[in-house]
Amino acid sequence: MAKETGIKSWKELNLGIAITTPGNAAELKTGDWRSMRPVTDREKCTKCGQCYIYCPDMVYSKDAEGYFPQDYYWCKGCGICAKECPVDAITMIQEVD
Amino acid sequence: MSKQIGIEVSLAVAEAVGLCDVDVVAAYPITPQTHIVEHLSELVADGHLDAEFVPVESEHSAMSACIGSSAAGARTFTSTCSQGYALMSELCYIASALRLPIVMAVANRALSAPINIWNDHADLMYARDTGWIQLISESGQEAVDMSILGFRIGEDKRVLLPVQVNLDGFTLSHFIEPLTIPDAADIKKFLPPYKPALRLDPDNPATLGPVGMPDIYTEARKAQDEALKASKPIIAEIFKEFGKQFGRHYNLVESYKAEDAETIIVIMGSIAQTAMTAVDHLRSQGKKVGIVRLRVFRPFPGAELFNAIKGAKNLVILDRVKSFGGGEISGPVALEIKSVLYDKQHHPKVGNFLVGLGGRDVTVQNFEEMVERVASAKIGDLPAYEFINVRE
Repeated sequence: MAKETGIKSWKELNLGIAITTPGNAAELKTGDWRSMRPVTDREKCTKCGQCYIYCPDMVYSKDAEGYFPQDYYWCKGCGICAKECPVDAITMIQEVD
Repeated sequence: MSKQIGIEVSLAVAEAVGLCDVDVVAAYPITPQTHIVEHLSELVADGHLDAEFVPVESEHSAMSACIGSSAAGARTFTSTCSQGYALMSELCYIASALRLPIVMAVANRALSAPINIWNDHADLMYARDTGWIQLISESGQEAVDMSILGFRIGEDKRVLLPVQVNLDGFTLSHFIEPLTIPDAADIKKFLPPYKPALRLDPDNPATLGPVGMPDIYTEARKAQDEALKASKPIIAEIFKEFGKQFGRHYNLVESYKAEDAETIIVIMGSIAQTAMTAVDHLRSQGKKVGIVRLRVFRPFPGAELFNAIKGAKNLVILDRVKSFGGGEISGPVALEIKSVLYDKQHHPKVGNFLVGLGGRDVTVQNFEEMVERVASAKIGDLPAYEFINVRE
């Protein structure tokens, strides 16, 4: 868990909390910030990939069937995908837990 | 061979910094710090010092440039005071949080308004909570030695923090004194080349100063606080090492005739010299008076200070800045000492006096009056603080 979230004891921090592993932002679980979750209705989805293009993070990637499933590890719930989807296939639903 | 010469303290500080083989000086001139910076620019321009002198457009830029050069692994120096310090202050927090051992001489000066270029400790206390080590000089020689010590302390692998070398504006910075400037070879022996623990290096990329969200900020602050607290014994150790090599011995807290004193004056900076004259005079009348002087204000040497004052019945605590507002709030030095006493369950009479604001003279007679005031007061009669020499 520590590696996923970047949570460390003060004793384990690098000098001046420097980041010494370039690109390790990918390990940061920004999905923790989310209050709304995007869910795709595959009945409506046209596989156009607009969600993949507009997502400011790394949430969407193409699968074998040509759909773009979400990886919620990074999804902050910003809702840009739902706003941009040309066929309104993506709905933002409240996180309940 | 080091030699004693008659020289203005500011020039001597600049010479000492030059002899420390500084790599980058980024500074903006401001009275009464100007001569330090001017002389360093001369040393570089005349080819006596192989360093980059960055003539920045403001103090904000000065500290920004210093952070960059120190992060790149360069030994870095700057100097400022008063409004200049206020302008650069947001960067000062960053220099300490990034653990960059920049050395900054501050020729202590009052803060505006009213605009005032003369000496007090407004800038020293403005810097109190920035996470820098704060060394305080009593004499020109101490200002020279603290500048050299600043690099050695800050760059110690166990410390890695920026160091502020305080010297009173004008009363130290502009005085010509017989000063010993150590020999370059001796300084080299005392101060090895700076080898940064972490630096900006294209071959080993690192991010210095990333965002710290709520889930890491507390840990970052704890780590920084621990580092500053842990520097205290190391500063004392390096003072000892300096004493062995150069024959001038320094402590976190200095005492003058305080061992058997009933009344102790607690003080910082150059006015301790006036206080010594007053103490000598009072001692000649059989009065048991002494001085305890803080050489280091951050990290605060609480235990050392308590040891030095624990025998006293009366404390005369001098502050040279007004910390405004509050109910029974006194000056920052007195607050610090009162909190030490509370923990120790030791309650001498405490008089807190605000003196020397904006360059106002503090005389031998003033010291004698303050000592008498506290010594003769009944417990509970002394106000939280008093302005000395204020016209009613």
